[in-house]
Amino acid sequence: MDLKNLKQRGEFEWELPRAGAMRVPGVIFASRELIAGMDEKVREQVANVASLPGIVTASYAMPDAHWGYGFPIGGVAAFDADEGGVVSAGGVGFDISCGVRTLHTGLKLADIEAQKARLADRLFARIPAGIGSTGGIRLDPAGMAAMLRGGARWAVEEGHGLDADLARIEEFGCVEGADPGAVSDQAKKRQRDEMGTLGSGNHYLEVQVVSEIFDEAAARAYGLAVGDVVVSLHCGSRGLGHQIGTDFLREMVLAAPAAGIALPDRELACAPLKSALGIRYLGAMRAAINCALANRQILTHLARQAFAEVFPGAHLPLLYDVSHNTCKEETHTVDGRKRRLFVHRKGATRAFGPGHVELPHEYAHVGQPVLIGGSMGTASYILAGSAGTAERAFGSACHGAGRAMSRHEAARRWHGRAVVDELAARGILIRSSSSRGVAEEAPLAYKDVTAVVDAADRAGLAGKVARLSPVICVKG
Amino acid sequence: MNPETRWETFAHEADIGVRGSGATLSEAFAGAATAMTAAICDPAKVGAGDTVNIECTAPDQEMLLVDWLNALVYEMATRHMLFSRFEVTIDHNHLSAIVWGEPVDVARHQPAAEVKGASFCELAVRREPDGRWLAQCVVDV
Repeated sequence: MDLKNLKQRGEFEWELPRAGAMRVPGVIFASRELIAGMDEKVREQVANVASLPGIVTASYAMPDAHWGYGFPIGGVAAFDADEGGVVSAGGVGFDISCGVRTLHTGLKLADIEAQKARLADRLFARIPAGIGSTGGIRLDPAGMAAMLRGGARWAVEEGHGLDADLARIEEFGCVEGADPGAVSDQAKKRQRDEMGTLGSGNHYLEVQVVSEIFDEAAARAYGLAVGDVVVSLHCGSRGLGHQIGTDFLREMVLAAPAAGIALPDRELACAPLKSALGIRYLGAMRAAINCALANRQILTHLARQAFAEVFPGAHLPLLYDVSHNTCKEETHTVDGRKRRLFVHRKGATRAFGPGHVELPHEYAHVGQPVLIGGSMGTASYILAGSAGTAERAFGSACHGAGRAMSRHEAARRWHGRAVVDELAARGILIRSSSSRGVAEEAPLAYKDVTAVVDAADRAGLAGKVARLSPVICVKG
Repeated sequence: MNPETRWETFAHEADIGVRGSGATLSEAFAGAATAMTAAICDPAKVGAGDTVNIECTAPDQEMLLVDWLNALVYEMATRHMLFSRFEVTIDHNHLSAIVWGEPVDVARHQPAAEVKGASFCELAVRREPDGRWLAQCVVDV
């Protein structure tokens, strides 16, 4: 992206001034180098989001922003229903509530070295991953509705995990206002045998080791020390969320002219928050968030079973669970006034700072854990929401590395077997049924996640707490 | 597939673009569908033993392409199938098709990524100056 169109506000904060149809400015949080590497499409998309009705303060882009659909991936925007604000199916995306969850294991790297291959095999056997895989749970219509209303709380009640898990999930495992009746039969059918499945593409389950601590106090609060083994999983609302995205994107595109909304890009499809369509989408999207939370809860249970087979008595408590494709109703102070806003985070993580009322009490003094997935050969990070982040981007931070090259190019450059062998030589075990899938997710196909988290840290969005290095990666 | 029908995938930063072209609109749509299979696995490895019928109607040709690809995504997801041959008929923004494919065989097909949905990004359906039809969009994987 050409820097000449931007006004520098700080070392890691750049303004895209209002122009044309923009109702508010754009703000990009990133280093000079990261911005230079961003596609011009990101600028265009930040500006397009800024033109939507009812947008509040600014259209934001996180340090990992890249070319998405309508919204940039790494885009954050808040809307006020009382000012004609909208909810955008394109602003949430297809994989509603895709997110990351991290578990402690109580084990050190030395404890698992001798059993690493067996652990990898047991995880790969237990976790349904990849195209065509199905879960062990079949839901009848009443069960489906209960899951869509209850989220991870439903999963725990069904025996997939512990009550204690719920305190460590955004919204305590269940978002209010889900409306199973707003979810199409097709979406429900797509989910029929996909509960407790990982998916494919960039979704994974990793066993990781804490390789560096940057913030001792936050690490202590999160229960992390160098050498600790943790498990992180990245996945979302599976076929149900994908179909809801498909259904409402189409409906909102067709309804926009009658609602008086001029879409600069059809992928920005949206509806007024107070319209029947907007309300129906919020009900369906919240059901999809609950589906994603239930899905990650079931996968957690399966991961615990795999660990118990190899390390009897192992205890895997939840560190935290974040969602990074959502629209959430939150209270924010804007110009000294408390307002209820609908905050879209598309490829962006909620990052509430210290003292926020929605944090578990044990994390309240250090801020919300922000779980950042990297690529399978590099690193992932745990950050903590910074003080003052609510004023910067409605309490948001980055979500991951972002691709450096297309899947097409990655598959052309590398062969999956060679990637697996090279990582194995570095002590990282990959388990996947698809060689091409591994090639498309090769470490060098992703941007440097370290530069992204450094920028988030320096921009005051979320502070670095710990780096996690991969040990085992199960991919779809 | 008609030898005049062509398909290709094209690069998008996070996902994959699918593009078909042919002497007719129907052929271009069939090409785009083959390209979508290619985003998942090698279409040449997908058999054609089972058939599925697909119908969709849309207000315009571009929306029809999105609907067509999303109908295939839905059938792939719920039947656990991949498709390799597409016979498409389009009349006044109504599409009817017979598609041939087979159940997913992970070891043989080596599917890399599932398609979550067809998007409006880079969406275009048009007649090129040489008279051929082109149909394309980005699919979310």
